[in-house]
Amino acid sequence: MRLTLEVWRQLDAQTAGMFETYEVPDASEHMSFLELLDHLNESLVRDGQEPIAFDSDCREGICGMCSLVVNGVPHGPQRATTVCQLHMREFNDGDRIVVEPWRAGPFPVIRDLVVDRTSFDRIIEAGGYVAVNTGGAPDANAVPIGKDEADIAFQAAVCIGCGACVAACKNASAMLFVSAKVAQFAHLPQGQPERKRRVRDMVGQMDREGFGGCTNTYDCEGACPKEIPVRFIAEMNRGFLAAKITE
Amino acid sequence: MKLDSRVPTGPLESKWERHQFEMKLVNPANKRKFKVCVVGSGLAGASAAATLAELGYEVDCLCFQDSPRRAHSIAAQGGINAAKNYQNDGDSVYRLFYDTIKGGDFRAREANVYRLAQVSENIIDQCVAQGVPFAREYGGHLDNRSFGGAQVSRTFYARGQTGQQLLLGAYSALARQIGRGTVKMYPRTEMLDLVIVDGKARGVVTRNLVTGAMGRFAADAVVLATGGYSNVFNLSTNAVGCNVTASYRAYKHGAAFANPCYTQIHPTCIPQSGDYQSKLTLMSESLRNDGRVWVPREADDKRDPREIPEDERDYYLERKYPSFGNLAPRDIASRSAKEVCDEGRGVGPGGRGVFLDFADSIQRLGESSIRERYGNLFEMYGRITGENPYQRPMRIYPAPHYTMGGLWVDYNLMSTLPGLHVLGEANFSDHGANRLGASALMQGLADGYFVIPYTIGHYLASNALPKVDTDHPEFQAAEGRACEKINRLLAVQGGRTVDSFHQELGKLCWDYCGMARNRDGLSKALELIPQLRSEFWENVKVPGSGAQFNQSLERAGRVADFLEFAELLCYDARDREESCGGHFREEHQTGEGEALRNDDDYCYAAAWEFDGVGKKPKLHKENLVFENVALAVRSYK
Repeated sequence: MRLTLEVWRQLDAQTAGMFETYEVPDASEHMSFLELLDHLNESLVRDGQEPIAFDSDCREGICGMCSLVVNGVPHGPQRATTVCQLHMREFNDGDRIVVEPWRAGPFPVIRDLVVDRTSFDRIIEAGGYVAVNTGGAPDANAVPIGKDEADIAFQAAVCIGCGACVAACKNASAMLFVSAKVAQFAHLPQGQPERKRRVRDMVGQMDREGFGGCTNTYDCEGACPKEIPVRFIAEMNRGFLAAKITE
Repeated sequence: MKLDSRVPTGPLESKWERHQFEMKLVNPANKRKFKVCVVGSGLAGASAAATLAELGYEVDCLCFQDSPRRAHSIAAQGGINAAKNYQNDGDSVYRLFYDTIKGGDFRAREANVYRLAQVSENIIDQCVAQGVPFAREYGGHLDNRSFGGAQVSRTFYARGQTGQQLLLGAYSALARQIGRGTVKMYPRTEMLDLVIVDGKARGVVTRNLVTGAMGRFAADAVVLATGGYSNVFNLSTNAVGCNVTASYRAYKHGAAFANPCYTQIHPTCIPQSGDYQSKLTLMSESLRNDGRVWVPREADDKRDPREIPEDERDYYLERKYPSFGNLAPRDIASRSAKEVCDEGRGVGPGGRGVFLDFADSIQRLGESSIRERYGNLFEMYGRITGENPYQRPMRIYPAPHYTMGGLWVDYNLMSTLPGLHVLGEANFSDHGANRLGASALMQGLADGYFVIPYTIGHYLASNALPKVDTDHPEFQAAEGRACEKINRLLAVQGGRTVDSFHQELGKLCWDYCGMARNRDGLSKALELIPQLRSEFWENVKVPGSGAQFNQSLERAGRVADFLEFAELLCYDARDREESCGGHFREEHQTGEGEALRNDDDYCYAAAWEFDGVGKKPKLHKENLVFENVALAVRSYK
């Protein structure tokens, strides 16, 4: 395949970035999108240029590190797929492909396509856990949890923390990410004692980080590689309100 | 170097309990005066850092990923073993212990494995208390499934992403401590050297991967939880960032490296499709329950597999191992696939692949049943290969997956360097020559939650640890060494990329030290590796500078270490004149092609001591004493 890539290049958060155009004359349809970038980088390095910086690690769709906007869509055109699992056969010979980083104030660019997502970690640190020390836990079967509730908790727990929901949102809202963690614990008995405190503290931190609010366009759900549903946002809003008025 | 395993005396069942009592404690008020540096934030590192902070120690934790939640433990699929006996099917601590020793081909230390089985129960309790959503029955109780190497159902799981859920549990415990200020977390930070002061590990030197700034972390004890070294093969199921650098640099300071030749090659991975490939993807072993493995009977048969008639196919596992058939153990299945491909009968691009065919199962059970069982795996396969596995057989090939070898540790998980503790896949302790499925997660969390919190207290309470500052000459020297290495890498400015060296090294290790090894091949590899290393240092091209975000430089440092480590791997493989577990020496097999162990001469852990780059390391032996389990032949017939 012959492809033309328009790739965002940016030295650091302080320096303005710009698109650079690269021709890839010999891509294979079996390459993953990241392998296409590897391939391009090899030729850039051989030509004495600096390679394009981008994040990735597991390359099997679970670590959440890869984070590219491809043709305007976080993780690219294939639904329920991280960009590391997106393969070039989804594109056509001769295509022009635009590659950008996640764009959101709380995700400042580190270099090229790499952004700083530590704001997500700080939201979890504010309350995304069950406060239990190691040791002394009761027997795992002491508290039965109905399969239906456990399945809902699981559906929320699959979040990989990639940030595609934020990148997709015109408000740069992190509410799908935050609500997934809130919902995981809200649907489990272990999460009940801190339920109110958790939603209040996590939403508070989300606001302090500068993420926007939700205006129900649902782009986050469409971009989520794990298809986490937006109804968790509604659940979180109810929980947040309940926590506030009973404070 | 003296290897003292510090295994407590007395009956197996009470060793750990008695040891816990006999170890010294640190007074609660004094714990905050001790600082521990934890390198790595996977299951072992995150659980250790969180638990040590809960106890009151001051903890620094570093990882090279952008968040501790992304460590490679997250990619584990199948499950985690625990001797809960919830299924009432005869499981017990002793049975889990026995299965693990036997599965490891009798090359692990009994006392460590028994302790692992003992604490396995606590792990499940702890994870459930954290809100880990394990699979459940309608009645609300935890579900189990069975896994290879066991005749009981003791594996707890969370769909096909157990590792993710367990890691997010440990990460949440860690995040709680970070929020409280008891753990200082340093993501995008890579350990480049270990600092030894007066013979004790007292800190690490790091590089900030964003700014390129060097960092110094002083501590009273150092914990390495930095994973395995499968990426020495370049292509493996590991994340692309996984590396041996932290372990290897500790080894160069005198920490013994044990059993590097014990590497696990997983039989069911998606084959390589081209030279551009960056990693191999694992397909769950469970597929072999319903898929039949075959290759064409004749070499170079390029026909569409559906057009190859039944009598021109070779279902080689069913033919060679009639009783186990397609469910032959990992090492056997992997080696058999290699054999048929070596004969020219492999399928797909490059001829390195075998068919895993579901046509019979689909005919027998219907497509919907197969979709129900394996739908997500079939979808993943389709996404990666562009082929529809419901219509044509999958192509699979073995790939490096896990490394049982690692830094040698005693019963307290301390290496031969005082103060340097090693947890999880980075150590060598529990899996012998072969790891059973669903035991890696168990070991990582056992080490972090339930072993190191006790044993590190004993170390801190029993040793005089005068305060060491980061301006100590040893810190300056370590930073100097790390900087010098970076500058050397940047100065070469040759004509070959880092990745091209990694590819060549990986192929070399795979060809000569992969699924089957022999003395001549290993000797050949030991000639070729130093040549490749010399070329690397003369001809590698690393663009950019050290004072910036520079992924080529990161990779260059890791590949430079793999280029030295590969020699250690091959020395160990050549030295061990027997076949056991993941180490198969072609010279040592039965008439039927089975692994032939040599208990008379090799019933020891080989702990290697660094003696200079390019020189054969010194071998030290820890004889393995089996007081409770009788050495037996692992048979699959």
